[in-house]
Amino acid sequence: MSAPIRITLNGAQRELPAPLTFTQLLDELELAGRRLAVERNGAIVPRSAFEDLRLADGDRIEVVIAVGGG
Amino acid sequence: MDLVIAGKSYSSRLLVGTGKYRDFDETRRAIEASGAEIVTVAIRRTNIGQNANEPSLLDVLPPSQYTILPNTAGCYTASDAVRTLRLARELLEGHALVKLEVLGDAQTLFPDMPETLAAAKTLVDEGFQVMAYCSDDPIMAKQLEDLGCVAVMPLASLIGSGMGIINPWNLQIIIDRVRVPVLVDAGIGTASDAALAMELGCDGVLMNTAIAKAKEPERMARAMKLAVEAGREAFLAGRMAKKPYEASASSPQSGLIQKAG
Repeated sequence: MSAPIRITLNGAQRELPAPLTFTQLLDELELAGRRLAVERNGAIVPRSAFEDLRLADGDRIEVVIAVGGG
Repeated sequence: MDLVIAGKSYSSRLLVGTGKYRDFDETRRAIEASGAEIVTVAIRRTNIGQNANEPSLLDVLPPSQYTILPNTAGCYTASDAVRTLRLARELLEGHALVKLEVLGDAQTLFPDMPETLAAAKTLVDEGFQVMAYCSDDPIMAKQLEDLGCVAVMPLASLIGSGMGIINPWNLQIIIDRVRVPVLVDAGIGTASDAALAMELGCDGVLMNTAIAKAKEPERMARAMKLAVEAGREAFLAGRMAKKPYEASASSPQSGLIQKAG
């Protein structure tokens, strides 16, 4: 295990163990299998990359869902 | 005749939002009663740590059954709107039809048209099918069409105000000049507002608060469905000419009993 990473997740600071893939992040957040979308530092992280792509220290992550709206 | 948006055909001309309902059950019942096939949703941060087994809106309104129209409500810049819709496209697995709205002012929620036009251009270039919320300005509506938007959606009055159609004359000019579908979006308060929009020749109506904040949302949803259908039929039927200074009896002028003797 390497040193933990600090990320900003939906606007809040968070420290997480590293290395950490996006799949592992979503598992950790109990969001696995939900209909959502992820952005890293302003760019979309495609679902197909969740398994292999790792988070990096300082990442700004947004996890969004669909909610009621007009 | 169906409503055709971006080459896809819809039998309902009523589009509805999914916000402001008490719960998902009320949402589902109202939307079923409305007969809408296109329903708008907002894209928001998920509540980290509060998700386990929480039902999601898209479980209640499955994309297999409804055309989900993600919006950019709450965005005040073109770049925030574009980011939001890129996320929406990923969330909805490549779905391209979106509702663009870029707001200019938190009090009125009036659209910022320069930002809306900028966002529309980027989104069209990226392959999105853009339905654009706009001011009831015929020049703006035309520019959105020229940029490649698949529908323009002028406001009837302020979002959530329920004030009805403030300026039917502007709407009429937009309807006459724009070739893509014109949908009134925002400001509808009750069924007659929706019927009037359709009688003017709008291709459809999008509403949320008028249904969600009625005392009985499900019943109002049904009323709106009927109003949109009635208004459309009246438009197609072609109304009689207005004759403000000339009465015209509907009953025969001859054969009156007084004249018999």
